[in-house]
Amino acid sequence: MTIRLSLALVLGLAGAALTGPSASAAEGAPHIPKESWSFSGPFGHYDPAQLQRGFKIYQEVCSACHSMEYVAIRTLGSDSGPYFSEAAVKEIASGYQIEDGPNDQGEMYERPGRPSDHFPPPFPNEESARLANGGAYPPDLSLIAKARAAHAGFPWFVFDALTQYQEAGPDYIYALLTHYEEAPEGVELSPGMYYNTAFLSGNQIAMPPPLSDGQVEYTDGTPETVDQYARDISAFLMWAAEPKLEERKQVGFKVMVFLVVFAGLLYFTKRKIWSDVAH
Amino acid sequence: MSGHSTYQPQGKFAKWLDSRLPILTLMNAQAIDFPTPRNLNYFWTFGAILMMMLVVQIVTGIVLAMHYTANVDLAFESVEKIMRDVNFGWLLRYMHANGASMFFIAVYIHIFRGLYYGSYKAPREILWILGVVIFLLMMATGFMGYVLPWGQMSFWGATVITNLFSAIPLIGESIVQWLWGGFSVANPTLNRFFALHYLLPFMILGVVILHIWALHVPGNNNPTGVSVKSNQDTVPFHPYITIKDTFAMVLFCLFFGWFLFYIPNYLGHPDNYIPADPLVTPAHIVPEWYFLPFYAILRAVPSKLGGVIAMFGAIAVLFILPWLDTSKVRSGAFRPMFRPFFWVFVLVCIILGWLGSQPAEGVYVILARIGMVYYFAFFLIILPVLGLIERTTPLPASIAESVLGKSGGGSAQPAGSTAAPADKG
Amino acid sequence: MDSSEPTRRDFMYLATGAFGAVGVAAVAWPFIDQMNPDAAALALATTEVDVSAMAPGQSITVSWRGKPVFIRYRTEDEINSAKDVPLSDLKDPIARNENLQADAPATDQNRAAPEKEPWLIMVGICTHLGCVPIGEAGAFNGWFCPCHGSVYDTAGRIRSGPAPENLLIPTYEFTADTVIRIG
Repeated sequence: MTIRLSLALVLGLAGAALTGPSASAAEGAPHIPKESWSFSGPFGHYDPAQLQRGFKIYQEVCSACHSMEYVAIRTLGSDSGPYFSEAAVKEIASGYQIEDGPNDQGEMYERPGRPSDHFPPPFPNEESARLANGGAYPPDLSLIAKARAAHAGFPWFVFDALTQYQEAGPDYIYALLTHYEEAPEGVELSPGMYYNTAFLSGNQIAMPPPLSDGQVEYTDGTPETVDQYARDISAFLMWAAEPKLEERKQVGFKVMVFLVVFAGLLYFTKRKIWSDVAH
Repeated sequence: MSGHSTYQPQGKFAKWLDSRLPILTLMNAQAIDFPTPRNLNYFWTFGAILMMMLVVQIVTGIVLAMHYTANVDLAFESVEKIMRDVNFGWLLRYMHANGASMFFIAVYIHIFRGLYYGSYKAPREILWILGVVIFLLMMATGFMGYVLPWGQMSFWGATVITNLFSAIPLIGESIVQWLWGGFSVANPTLNRFFALHYLLPFMILGVVILHIWALHVPGNNNPTGVSVKSNQDTVPFHPYITIKDTFAMVLFCLFFGWFLFYIPNYLGHPDNYIPADPLVTPAHIVPEWYFLPFYAILRAVPSKLGGVIAMFGAIAVLFILPWLDTSKVRSGAFRPMFRPFFWVFVLVCIILGWLGSQPAEGVYVILARIGMVYYFAFFLIILPVLGLIERTTPLPASIAESVLGKSGGGSAQPAGSTAAPADKG
Repeated sequence: MDSSEPTRRDFMYLATGAFGAVGVAAVAWPFIDQMNPDAAALALATTEVDVSAMAPGQSITVSWRGKPVFIRYRTEDEINSAKDVPLSDLKDPIARNENLQADAPATDQNRAAPEKEPWLIMVGICTHLGCVPIGEAGAFNGWFCPCHGSVYDTAGRIRSGPAPENLLIPTYEFTADTVIRIG
């Protein structure tokens, strides 16, 4: 009885203490809504058509400034990913010029890409990337969907563990791409900066709004809107960061089912073994 | 404690082997016939769970080391190669990263069990101290392991924590440069952290063997804290404890699986998916969650040296715990005054952990100071005083009495025990 | 104790043990498979070689999948001496050419590049114990392996010495008149 009373008292005090500060921590930080994704949840999977559209956006819009150097072109053919045909992957690869060498003259040269190559960067190094972008470095996008997340205070992070929420990255990317706004009255934008209400490092971002309606042609009838583009590129970038997501969840299901059955068998075995002993 | 086992090896090969290296006799005495209190609850399964996690970490670590490159230009990429190209690499990497967290969750439960039931008290003082040594080795191993992927948190966490040693007067700066192998965390640091990260788990294994040896001298504690008086109090380790431990390990694997397969990045930090940049410091440098309570204590003290002393002191105080607690009664189950203070201590540790993840300013620092004061007061004031003034509730005369009192049925002797009576009563 | 009780209990133990064994095997597999070549290694590495600068009688060695590949632009004499050898004289009568059927005979035609008779492209690893043979050497003016004395002719076929097989001809194609893609 005493344990329960003291525990309740202490938990109550703690709860008050915790929810107080966490509310103030959220002040000033953007609220990033949770979107729905085909790859969320225990049976989540990628939509190959969406990933192919997303790749098109990467190619036509993002790759002008952003590298994706940890991703091999051949992975575009993955059947738990964009599922491009082998021929399509070869064609996409040969569209890139890859630096190779040195040749027998001692010089570096360029050759058409092969599926085994990784996506070539738009700039040879960070310094030239910064020079071309007003001093700001467009980050590599291979892992961006795992490298960004809005802060989750108490008790939200508890619910996130129970609901298996792992989509903070794509939620953020989608929010960022769709929350460019006119700077409000009284806010003066620094030169070369743009106003964005979802940006995690303040409201001014060096990246100009990259998406506009009708910018990328979709051949499957999907609407060519900023909202759709933002969803598709976010999904593609999630795949780029977590290409093994589907395999992980599929193996996970089998393992968890196995463990539940095994635990059941062990429980009854344990009961049987202990049945002749007082304990 | 070899006196209890009557095992004799059977068969020619067994006799031949055992007469030259008594491994069969040893295994029987320590892992099969070993008398174990019959009233252990599931908190006692965490020793086996920890053994399982140590094996998991070592095995996954070795296979990861087949693909990892410890060089500042290659480390981050080698981890991505593991995740993308190596067969089942994603599984091995996530097992190792989440396994470390599981290892610490299990060790904290194991430690709190020891605190509640007085498992650190005489004659188990050395057992407890060996456990604290294992805990320290685990923290060093985990710290160095987190540096290896060479992400932003790897680099900056290493920078912040190694910089702490500069607080030591006179020799601090030299020690830090010696640790770094240079003037900042760089390639020499990464390389030596990899070498030591590979080494330390085997040292942990060695100390674990000593830990189990030290345990097997007096035998296990139990929820009543009353020592074993006769074989009525115990069951043979096999099959009773082996099956119970196996069941508990599988349940723990379910918990592990939840993180590993469905939320593998939940316990990590997104910034560690950004390659290390010595010129850009992340907005909030946060260590891995299992260090957070100590990090909160470190930042609670305004002086740099004071913070370092407080942080190490928080672990050092554990070494002398067996002599701080004056109670003649072991188990919290019979210490009604002790219990609320214990639960508040647990809560304080959790809250300190949460505070370690918050910015070190405003109300967070105030709460961290209160928490730190309670943490030290619990060991240095409350436990010594409680033992002297507490009215404990009456202890059962023996484990068997406490067990037979509550369950009406079941025989006193398990069927397979070595000293079973001829008939089952 | 009735006789059906032990049977039920034993079945429980058996089922649990079997489940555990299956679990152990399933867990073991990823640890074994991770040592197999990874996706990047499997993504057929190919090497392209520009041979426009080569003249008859010249050889070059290029690296392909970490192995040496001999590319030789043979002279008329070398081609003719290879063609003159009857199959029955050969220690290994199989062509060992990855571009052909496994049982193709080791005629010079089956060893040389199709439509490009002077060109000989072979993996430069002796089929005995793996040393790299020396070119324009040995009794047949082909290749000679200094490690244990294997002698290959001008079509890279083993003629004497301990090596059991002709030098392997890898998958390749001329993607242009003077460009070879190996692999």
